[in-house]
Amino acid sequence: MSKFLKLIAGAALLTGTSAIAQEATLGLGRDALPEEVAAWNIDVRPDGQGLPVGSGDVYTGEEVWLEKCSVCHGDFAEGAGRWPVLAGGDGSLASQNPVKTIGSYWPYLSTVYDYINRAMPFGSAQSLEPNEVYALTAYLLYSNDIVDDEFELSNENFLDVEMPNAANFFDDDRVAVEFPLFAVEACMTNCKDSVEITKRAAVVDVTPEDGASVGGSLEGGDAAAPATPAEEAPAVEEAPVVEEAPAVEEAALDMALVAEGEKSFRQCKSCHQVGEGATNRTGPALNGVVGSVAGVHDGFRYSSAMADAGAAGLIWTPEELSAFLANPKDYMSGTKMTFRGVRDEAEIAGLVEYLKSFPQ
Amino acid sequence: MIDQFKGIKPSRRAFLRGAAASGLAVAGTKVAAEADPAIMNKQPWVEFLGEGVDARPYGMPSQFEADVVRKDVPWLTAESISSVNFTPLHELDGIITPNGLCFERHHGGIAEVDPAEHRIMINGLVDREIVFTMEDLMRFPRENHVYFLECAANSGMEWRGAQLNGCQFTHGMIHNVMYTGVPLRALLNEAGVKTEGKWVLAEGADASGMTRSIPMEKALDDCLVAFKMNGEALRPEQGYPVRLVVPGWEGNMWIKWLRRLEVGDEPWQQREETSKYTDLLGDGKARRFTWEMDAKSVITNPSPQAPITHGKGPLVITGVAWSGRGTIPRVDVTIDGGITWHEARMDGPSLDKSMHRFYYQIDWDGSELLLQSRAHDSTGYVQPTKDQLRAVRGLNSIYHNNGIQTWAVNADGEAENVEIS
Repeated sequence: MSKFLKLIAGAALLTGTSAIAQEATLGLGRDALPEEVAAWNIDVRPDGQGLPVGSGDVYTGEEVWLEKCSVCHGDFAEGAGRWPVLAGGDGSLASQNPVKTIGSYWPYLSTVYDYINRAMPFGSAQSLEPNEVYALTAYLLYSNDIVDDEFELSNENFLDVEMPNAANFFDDDRVAVEFPLFAVEACMTNCKDSVEITKRAAVVDVTPEDGASVGGSLEGGDAAAPATPAEEAPAVEEAPVVEEAPAVEEAALDMALVAEGEKSFRQCKSCHQVGEGATNRTGPALNGVVGSVAGVHDGFRYSSAMADAGAAGLIWTPEELSAFLANPKDYMSGTKMTFRGVRDEAEIAGLVEYLKSFPQ
Repeated sequence: MIDQFKGIKPSRRAFLRGAAASGLAVAGTKVAAEADPAIMNKQPWVEFLGEGVDARPYGMPSQFEADVVRKDVPWLTAESISSVNFTPLHELDGIITPNGLCFERHHGGIAEVDPAEHRIMINGLVDREIVFTMEDLMRFPRENHVYFLECAANSGMEWRGAQLNGCQFTHGMIHNVMYTGVPLRALLNEAGVKTEGKWVLAEGADASGMTRSIPMEKALDDCLVAFKMNGEALRPEQGYPVRLVVPGWEGNMWIKWLRRLEVGDEPWQQREETSKYTDLLGDGKARRFTWEMDAKSVITNPSPQAPITHGKGPLVITGVAWSGRGTIPRVDVTIDGGITWHEARMDGPSLDKSMHRFYYQIDWDGSELLLQSRAHDSTGYVQPTKDQLRAVRGLNSIYHNNGIQTWAVNADGEAENVEIS
């Protein structure tokens, strides 16, 4: 806390008044109804405030996990692709490659419950029942070796769980530690004898060029530095290989449009895979989707709305697919695809062209 | 030398822009070899009428500025929904960031909120739990302030060494706009904060349910509940119809699509203030609640995406500086890697917790340059070198990297992101 804030906080303590000196109100707004507050007030604090009544065990949690979470976070919370790793990393925090997981880093269990409940599964937020959230939280504790496989978590034993790294956080001390070092007179002349270049970005070579992308990893969606970017930067193999496309009598692909579509497909990738080795994730794999019957990709559990539409003969022609992509929920009430839709027709055309470039 | 250069070559556009000038200025000659086609040829825009007034009801930049856009670094994140892109600082001047170029950081994508269906609720330790509509909000007294918003992870990719070639990528998680809004203090006053209310939880309406705990002292000090940026409605990417403004503090706290403010007696320890946005130090312990953004600066021109294309002679070196603790009365610039420093000229408004613009003019002799800038803020804090920061914090911090940036400019005017001894 800055000196300024300490001053303010001190003044409030001295006067003993409320934090805010009440001024005249304008009488704006209306009283919130209790059920309205209850509908939005879902946050959970370390002291347990906000926890709903409920419980869930590790076994149940594993079932929910495999259905709703493992596509991104791995079967054992070890992470898949570049999605967050949630288990492991013990003892790694002071190493060259710290792995910040729920077990190795997170100081409070309430944060796990709160975040799953408010934001997960990614793309289907606030869809879980309290017992499912308790079960998933229990499974994550188990994955991190904090509890055994018989464990059941509930609102009653929630505060008994101790997080391994809880003691290793401290409040901002930059003013005390860094200001004395940095708030000093700056040298202006003859500040050093010589200068040499010690590191060069060109050697690492990870700067994006227009349209190009390189692989690599980033912890949990934050802008972290890859420890050794050059080593862990496999080229992303997404460019469709046109030569290998079967010579079906189809109009040749518009490669500029395909390239545009590849870019916009990034927003689909959290749920859909396409290309060699594509598998079903939150959504079905999309190889060969253009021209195919709706709702028939092997092994994917479609909504009944989508399955019925396919049974009734819906074919994903470019026109039908475009209409679906423009507004999935309007096009097909009941679809599982939780996606707002694409407004720009040119962008839809790109996506369809891109999908066309992946035949069965 | 050219063969080894792996940064960004002068763009075709930048090159064309400078071509005419360099043709006239070779080796100090001021006589043109032949008449300039740009003068001698009658250009179509001279001869023919242009589009009428209604052709562009919402004006956009010239077609010749088409590459002045936000850009992302695809390898940083798993996909684009929970991701970030970067402000093209090297294409801007002055201190205000145009709305369409303000960097984006979303955790659940852009929420497309209908303002008629948007509500702001205040609940918790208040005398009266309240619901406001957007119309209610507009009836409180308003204020206007220019503030920078910097992501705590700006320059986070550079902790271990020079990595990305371009100030857009190294420093572009920042923007600086004028906000119009209502002091958060006024809304809390309307609800009546109880004596034990020491913290405010701000929550967004997006699919990530973004939340941060803010100490009451800050909430009552200078936070704004803003609905306009640079005079027009917030852009959806920036939280339309309403966002929180937390001046000088890390961008993650500036909750977009703000829908709820809860008053409590202790922090909520949400995901973004525990597992993220905490600063892991070298010994494995982590700083939390590192809210204020330390003083920082960067030279935007020349830089890897903005090489020198005009050859020797007069050169404008310019950049931006900011501090979460006040103003920037002074920036120093060096062209020799820090052996000798020079005070730059500050220009434009000097506003509290806003970006500042600086210039340093030289007569470039065509030799290699090692460019750095060093900000001094109004508290006396001086921007440290990256090595000074590493000595205190180690290499794993990710966040709050405000170390001095170095660009190496070669004899051809190309610039590269480097670190120096």
